[in-house]
Order: sequence, then structure tokens, then C-alpha cells
Amino acid sequence: MVPRPYIVKRIRKDTVDTFTLELGPKDGRSHFSFAPGQFNMIYIYGVGEVPISICGEPSNSTLVHTTRAVGSVTKAMSKLRRGDIVGIRGPFGTSWPVEQARTRDVVVVAGGIGLPPLRPALYHLLAHRDAYGKVVLLYGTRTPDDILFKEELENWRARFDLEVFVTVDRGTPGWRGNVGVVTTLITKAGFDPTNTIAMIVGPEVMMRFTALELMKRGVKAEAIYVSMERNMKCGIGLCGHCQFGPLFTCKDGPVFRYDQIKDLLVKWEI
Amino acid sequence: MSTPRMYRIEPDALNELIQSLRQQHYTVIGPTPRGAAIVLDEITSTSQLPIGKTDEQAPAQYRLKERGDDAMFAFSAGPHSWKRYLFPPVLKLFSSRKNGEGFQISEELPSSDHEEKYALLGVRACDLSAIQIQDKVFGGGTYQDPAYVRVRNQAFIIAVNCTRAGGTCFCSSVRTGPRARVGFDLAMSEVLDSEHYFIVEVGTDRGENVISTVTSRAAEDGEVEKAEHLIRAAAQSTGRSLEPDNTREILYQNSDHPRWDTVAARCLSCANCTMVCPTCFCATVEDTTDLAGTSADRIRKWDSCFTLDFSYIHGGSVRPSSKARYRHWITHKLASWVDQFGTIGCVGCGRCITWCPVGIDITEEFRVIRETYLMKRGTNPNKE
Amino acid sequence: METLERILSQHPFFKELGVDYMQLVTGCASNVRFEQDQFVFREGAEANQFYLIREGRVALQLFSPERGHITIETLGEGDILGWSWLIPPYSWHFDAKALDLTRAIALDGKCLRRKCEDDHHLGYELLKRFSHIMGQRLESTRLQLLDLYGVRS
Repeated sequence: MVPRPYIVKRIRKDTVDTFTLELGPKDGRSHFSFAPGQFNMIYIYGVGEVPISICGEPSNSTLVHTTRAVGSVTKAMSKLRRGDIVGIRGPFGTSWPVEQARTRDVVVVAGGIGLPPLRPALYHLLAHRDAYGKVVLLYGTRTPDDILFKEELENWRARFDLEVFVTVDRGTPGWRGNVGVVTTLITKAGFDPTNTIAMIVGPEVMMRFTALELMKRGVKAEAIYVSMERNMKCGIGLCGHCQFGPLFTCKDGPVFRYDQIKDLLVKWEI
Repeated sequence: MSTPRMYRIEPDALNELIQSLRQQHYTVIGPTPRGAAIVLDEITSTSQLPIGKTDEQAPAQYRLKERGDDAMFAFSAGPHSWKRYLFPPVLKLFSSRKNGEGFQISEELPSSDHEEKYALLGVRACDLSAIQIQDKVFGGGTYQDPAYVRVRNQAFIIAVNCTRAGGTCFCSSVRTGPRARVGFDLAMSEVLDSEHYFIVEVGTDRGENVISTVTSRAAEDGEVEKAEHLIRAAAQSTGRSLEPDNTREILYQNSDHPRWDTVAARCLSCANCTMVCPTCFCATVEDTTDLAGTSADRIRKWDSCFTLDFSYIHGGSVRPSSKARYRHWITHKLASWVDQFGTIGCVGCGRCITWCPVGIDITEEFRVIRETYLMKRGTNPNKE
Repeated sequence: METLERILSQHPFFKELGVDYMQLVTGCASNVRFEQDQFVFREGAEANQFYLIREGRVALQLFSPERGHITIETLGEGDILGWSWLIPPYSWHFDAKALDLTRAIALDGKCLRRKCEDDHHLGYELLKRFSHIMGQRLESTRLQLLDLYGVRS
């Protein structure tokens, strides 16, 4: 499978280490269609290829990726300029259960860089707002400076049909928002635990404790979904790197139903 | 085909078979002695086969010996397996060339079909099973590996039934050998006592077409029975075994077994076991550029779950300890493989035992865990 | 007082405490209000209350000369604030400052302490409820300590 060329339409720095790429097909091919929660393999010429979740609006013609510059490929990616070309393979993997969630309340919990993979799901929920019950976004970051999509969060917060709670692990002088881990927000949010679908992305420990907290409130394990991260090289379940127990994170995931992986999550070095 | 078609061919006719395949533009790959081992490589005549040679295998031990006869297949699985041809250790996936702001990608395709048209001569029953397992891995799912499927579909397979148990094999216990059952075009058994001949069983019409070009005659019942007897004797003399049932329960329930520490104290994480394993399929890709940066290639290479990089996600490896990596390997091979592909990933060839520099024995490691499982079943494991 | 009792008995903290004890608790309760930036209590002061926050948010803070006011955690609607009243030496270990206009029900710790000493069953019920909250706070503090979102190197 060979990467298709995409042209950088815009690159934006979101925080000190996080940036957003907006891409369009180089050959003017039609709209890139994907399901919320899926990812692409992004190739930087001669440097390498990395899996990055798709972060934009599913109906939009621009392909959006927000990621943190932590490895050699993402660092090279952060230095791209408008007009540069990247290679795209995808979309790959499973997606958020936006259809099963219809008529139910939806709780979206993001930790740190976990917000981008959830954003397309939020766009979907808001685009079909009447189809869902209450929609809640709980978002925790390290510090106030790490909060992504601030403007959008403000706009969302202003909506009366979406509850948004933001918290940080460490406050900074002048921060008047919440301080505390994201799990503390779960008791604050208004939703009916017996009729809720939850979607969580963040570090594994955060996802585990968030799921526990949700279950304490009465959400069933079968109604909780998480998105896993493992080393992905091929994206299509052939290279073996992303194995998580018997699962291939790239094709059986990255979105998993919590009850199907909860036993694996507590095994060491699985 | 109602009854298997059985032919008898003489050792010289085996050469005719090789030539016939070559005329049909097959590259014939077979066992051949090189240095101190029997490896796989292109052969153009039976003279390149390991005539009169055998091997002595034990944990961390492999020695070639002269037999003093004309046997052509009196040895066991060597360090190479057929996956080197169907799933090459190094494969260029694409090249890209710098082109203004961007780059142009061209997929790497074989220049001619001939290049990848292999006849695999001397595939043992265990390795035949391994090929069938890799067929599921690379061709049986939603996504396929086009390079594998392309080469595999063209491959002509001549199996050889084992008439001698190797020092580290355990095919009969995992029910893959020593007799080839399915998945071959032709399957041969070598008989060498008062006379030297091969019984050839035809598995496909393609096999029938090839054997018809070779001097042969219908095999007599007594000749066939002699070969069958040798195969049965090989099965009975196998020195190792691995019980292939309930492997999932056994390994999944023992992820904290103290044996993982014991084996980790020996394991060097050298990855030999994964390189010689005929079913291990993990690969990585490397993206490289030339010095000027005008062209960049993507190369796929065999990879191993024993390296630290294998499971690296930002900040660290998911399996930093060699204990976790050995546990992952054997659990994948014997347990999660069943979830993934409907079969265990071990065919009992014994290569990982022979080529482990410290002689770690998969059958022994699994036996210890299995015994604990059997002992604990129905009882409280912590009860004194 | 009727409304106070209703509010208290509907709060998960007092769930299934029993009518008699609820009356007793209500007897120790009063409505309080804190303006934005007003301190609910200060580190070192005598701890004689706990609060059930009905509206607004309160920051638990420490002051350090180098870093100024450090917020450890914020509490809001429905949260229970303060347990130092229950455990000797009955003095606050943090500052608590209202971030917004905050309405709460204050419960008289001195009064409850005495009643708990007299009636260990009540004491056990309250301690059980507080240990649950302490456990939760400890868990979230542990998660905070892990600094999960930091870039690992």
C-alpha cells in the first residue's frame, strides 16, 4: 500500500509542542471520507511514517491532523510549511459508536492529547444534535497552557446543548478554572448513567480510572469505549507491532469496547 | 481425485523433475549444504542437494554429519525456512523521488513474473503447515500482503515426508507431520535400503502435469507401504512433544507465572527464535534517503518482538523487560495466534530450540506452565 | 429548616443515614455564602466546620513564597469540603478560597464531634462517609502526581 500525496494547506501551532496540519489531496481527488476515531498513516518524505488520528470534521473537504511533536517523524512534520507534500495511507481502524449512541446521553472524556481523536465524534454529535440526549465533554490537561482548541471550547461552552468541563492537573497563576484530574469531573456532569455511551481517550492509566469512575456512577462497562495507542507500522494488521494481547490495535482498534479489553489493561507489559 | 496417485521415481528422475521445472520458468529452491549447515537456495541439479549428509540437532546445537550413503533428504529442518522466499527478509516497498516541493512515489513491482516463480523442493510437513499458517496471516484477512499473495500463488510445492525425527522436532504432537497431508503439488518419500527410490504422491493437477514429464511408473503397494512405515517410525521416534490443546487458557491464566523470570534469566533477547521460526511474520519498515535527498526508499524488513524498539510508543517500550518479551512471543505463538488465525502458530519444527544460543526449549517452557495450570485447576493456587 | 433537611437528605453523602441522625445533622447545619475570592477557611485556623457546596467553586490552595498561591484542587457543586474538623488537632491544612460566588451548607463540626463521641454508631457512619471521600481525594491526588500528560523522555 503506497501513500497518496497530500498538500499542506495550513499548519498551525496549537501549544508549545502540539500542532495542526490541514491537508488537501494533491491530485484534486474528491473528499477524504472517514469515520470518527479512525487514523491515517502519515509519511514524511525520507523520514518515516506515523499513525495519527484524524481530527477534523467528517464532512469537511480538508483533512485535519493535530498531534504532538515527540518523535523524529512528528518533529519533522511540525516543521512542514504550506505547499509541502506528505503521504497519506488510510483511513484505518475502528471508529466511535456514534450510531449506537443515538437517543442516548454521550459522555466524552479526553485527557491531554486525547482530545483530537475525539473531536470528529463531537462534530458528528453536534451535527446530528437532535439524535442524542445530553452531550458532555470532560477534558483534562496538564496545565492551562496545554489546553487545545481553546476558541472552539469557548464556543462549545456557550452552547446550551453541550456541557463542557475543563480541568488541569496543575494550575498556573491567574488560572481560575478547575484544578484536579479529569476523573473528578465525572460526578459533576449531568447524564443518565443507565442510558449513556462514554468515549474516552488519554493515557492508559487515565482511561482505566475514568472507566472505573464512570462505572461507579452506574455506566456499564459495555457502554464505555476507549482508544488505544500501540506502535503501528503497517496500519493493516500485518506487521505485528501493535499487538495488544490477541488484538491488533490498528485493525481491531484503536477504538475498543472497554469490557473487551479491561482484563488486558491491567496486565503488565502486555 | 478419488485415491491419491502414487508414482515411483528413481533418484536420477529427481534431476529430470528439477530440469522440467526450470524449463517451465520456475526458480527451484531446495536444501543445499553451505558452510556447516544445510540452507535453502536456488538449485539447478540434484548434485547440489545435501547428498549423504545428515544433521545432529539439540538445544543450541547443530552439527552436520556424513552418513556414507546417497540419501538426499536424510536431514531435518535447517536454519532457513521457506518464508525467506514467500515473505523475503528485505523487500523494497516503494521508491520516491524528490520533485519540487513534493515527491513522486512509484510502487516496487517485480520486473517479470519469472523472477518470483518459485518451485520449493523439499518442504517438510511442518513447514508446509507453516506456509498454510502464513497464508492466513498474509492472505486470509481484510487486508492482504500483495507481495506475499503474488509469490505464493505462483509457488510450486514439492513436499518431502520425514523418515527420520530430528533432534529438536515435535511435529507429531502438534499434528503437523511427519507426513505431508495437504497443500502440496507433489509429495515425496525417500526410501533407501536395498534400493533407493522415491514414492511421489500427486496433490494437484499442476503436480500431475509436472510429474508426467519425468520418468516414472505407478508405485506398487509394497513400495508405498515401505515408505509409510518409515514415516510412522519417524513419528514414533520423536523425542519432544507439545500438547496443543487449551493453550489459550494455560498461557492467559499464567501471565504472572514465576517461570517467566527463570526463562528471562537465560534469554538473551537475541531474536534468533523469531528469525528461524517459519511462521513468525513481524516486519518493520525503514525509510531511507540517498545522500543528496533526491530519492527515498521504503524497505520492509523482518522484525522481532524481542527487540526493545518493537513495541516503542513515545517515551518508551511497552515491553521493556526480556521477561515480558519472551512471554509475549510464546503467548502469541501458542495462544493469541489461535484468537487471531484459528490455529496455534507453532508447527513443531524445533528450529527455535536448535538455534537458541542458550538452548531455551519452547516445549519445556510450555510444559512447566501447563503443569501449573493442570495442578491449579479447581484449587486455590495460594492455599497451603 | 425543612428545606435544609430535604437538601441534606437528598445529598449522596447522607444517603441512608436514617431519619433520627438526619434530624441531628440538620440541627448542626446552616446556610452560608462566600463572595468571589473570599476565603472559606485559612491554613492553620481551627477547623470546626465542613461544607456541602451547593453552588460555585472553591479552590484548595497552599501558599509558597516562591510560587505564590498554588491550587491543589478545585471543588464545586455537590462536593464535600473539609475533614480536618473530624481529626485532631482540628486545624485546617490548606486555604480554601471561593473562586465564584459560592453557596454552601456549613455543618458544625464541634457539635457533630461531640455527638459522635456520645454515639459511636453515628461516629462510624460519618467516618465511613468521610473515608470514602478521603479515598477519592487520595486517588485523584495520586493520579495528579503521575503527571500523566507530560512528555516522557
